[in-house]
Amino acid sequence: MLKDLFRPKQKYVTIRQREEDSGVTPGTPAEQLEKKELPDGLWIKCNQCNQMIYHKDLEKSLKVCPKCQYHFRIGAWERIGYLVDPGTFKELFANICSCDPLEFPDYQVKLNKFKKATGLNEGVVTGTAQIEGIPLALGVMDFGFVGGSMGSAIGERLVRLFEYAYQEDLPVVTFAASGGARMQEGILSLMQMATTCQAINRLAEKAILFISVLTDPTTGGVFASFASQGDINIAEPGALIGFAGARVIQQTTHQTLPPGFQRSEFLLEHGIIDLIVNRKELRSTLARLLRFHQRRKREIS
Amino acid sequence: MANGSNYSLDFEKPLKELEKRIEEIRIFAEEKQIDMSEEIRRIEEKAKNLREEIYRNLTPWQKVQIARHPKRPTFLEYIDLIFTAFVELHGDRLFRDDPALVGGLAYFDEIPVTIIGQQKGRDTKENIYRNFGMPHPEGYRKAVRLMKQAEKFGRPVITFVDVAGAFPGKEAEERGQGEAVAKAIMEMAALTVPTVVVVTGEGGSGGALAIGTGDRVLMLEHAYYSVISPEGCASILWKDAAEAPRAAEVLHLTAKDLLGFKVIDEIIPEPLGGAHTNPEQTATAIKEALRRNLRELMALDLKELLARRYQKFRAIGRYIEE
Repeated sequence: MLKDLFRPKQKYVTIRQREEDSGVTPGTPAEQLEKKELPDGLWIKCNQCNQMIYHKDLEKSLKVCPKCQYHFRIGAWERIGYLVDPGTFKELFANICSCDPLEFPDYQVKLNKFKKATGLNEGVVTGTAQIEGIPLALGVMDFGFVGGSMGSAIGERLVRLFEYAYQEDLPVVTFAASGGARMQEGILSLMQMATTCQAINRLAEKAILFISVLTDPTTGGVFASFASQGDINIAEPGALIGFAGARVIQQTTHQTLPPGFQRSEFLLEHGIIDLIVNRKELRSTLARLLRFHQRRKREIS
Repeated sequence: MANGSNYSLDFEKPLKELEKRIEEIRIFAEEKQIDMSEEIRRIEEKAKNLREEIYRNLTPWQKVQIARHPKRPTFLEYIDLIFTAFVELHGDRLFRDDPALVGGLAYFDEIPVTIIGQQKGRDTKENIYRNFGMPHPEGYRKAVRLMKQAEKFGRPVITFVDVAGAFPGKEAEERGQGEAVAKAIMEMAALTVPTVVVVTGEGGSGGALAIGTGDRVLMLEHAYYSVISPEGCASILWKDAAEAPRAAEVLHLTAKDLLGFKVIDEIIPEPLGGAHTNPEQTATAIKEALRRNLRELMALDLKELLARRYQKFRAIGRYIEE
């Protein structure tokens, strides 16, 4: 942009790409944006077009690259801030936390490390909020917390959210961001796929709308449970979404995977998701979809 | 992978050696026309004790190996031994028939039931045909179709789980493997007929759970059920798939572990030496457990059945409330 030329020369940082053992099942996507407090006056390099973006511009565009529309990963609270009517979010079930039922090597240490690093106490934030004045139940996952992997606590928070929505007759919107099931809780994590799916089933009894938004990345056991079962499945552009990891597929089948494999556009083309929505239009799109469902089945019949 | 009848597991080697010696002595005695029955009896006794010792103290990794034994009875063998008048029904009515997942109608005792299970091959050729028992999305969609059919006609559904995992492949992803697994989990969890799951071999993560959300989940003594394969876990934890035996320990994937977590309801005992040493005896044990569990479930009214199923899975997680 022209005005950028007149800014004094800025220092910039490249945001570190990490492929750390976040403890999710294999095939977890590699690149992870490390969200750090950036001091004022910094530039951020876009992961896709490599252009330098002034951090305030990036903030203003909801962490979407103004040049190429690349969607940076964002944390749960940042997401909530961008999405809901200011001051309407009320957090629920934040007291439900992970324990270490298998006494799995280094799990407790890992949990503590991620709590400290993210300020979160689990990989999902659940509660109620309003979007354009429409009340809803909202669950937002955070990939920064142990790769958003779903263990018992995440499962329990989500199920309580779905049950709360059922009781209170609220539409539900979830934002998935997860590498899959949390290996460190073994079979108990796998069973969260069953409990979340069961709770989604129940919403149908009262014709309660469930919108699932798939963000980068949504893979493994989270995609293979509640996250792919929305009445409406929405994805952000370019998000990695799939069941098995590309590495596992290549090792098993020696297939060449096409460019754009398991990206949102690939899923749309193959009929797995309903639509792709740019982050900047998500709020208005969700509001519109929620409004469609305000007149309920019972009232119609 | 060997699949002949003389395929043996590492930890069974001392036992196999004793058996070989017995055979040698027998041949020797016959050739020389001498009575060595006392010697044979003594070694047989020793072999029996050794077998018991090995099989009473199996490590989780040894159980995984037994669960993957190429001679372990597969779904089709159990169908022959447990059910009658089986009619296989094919296809998902959408894309194709997936031979990695078999389903159809049969009688259990006198009751018409729908049975569904993953099907591994019994030799290399069949394994290639059946994709080593790893279903594609159309396999899970066939399962759902047959479950909904069972629901329509009020038939109980019995599933047999034996799968390394839902197939990880390009086409599987194109056709929505994740969605297919999720849909199967959801539909099975909501079925308005009694459902019993028997984990007979490998309980490989989502590919197993897809036909695993039943009213009762039974598991053979040496089967395993896990969120990730021991090899996969080992490569994440220790960057080395060869550490799989250690991973099998930390994952708590044995039937006994799962009973403790209430993920399963019952352990079905296997013959000493594993299911493959006596498929008939294994099938009889499965049959007994199925009969008992089905009878209990069929006595419940629908509301109660569904409420209990919901609670069963709802109660599984372990977390703390701060």
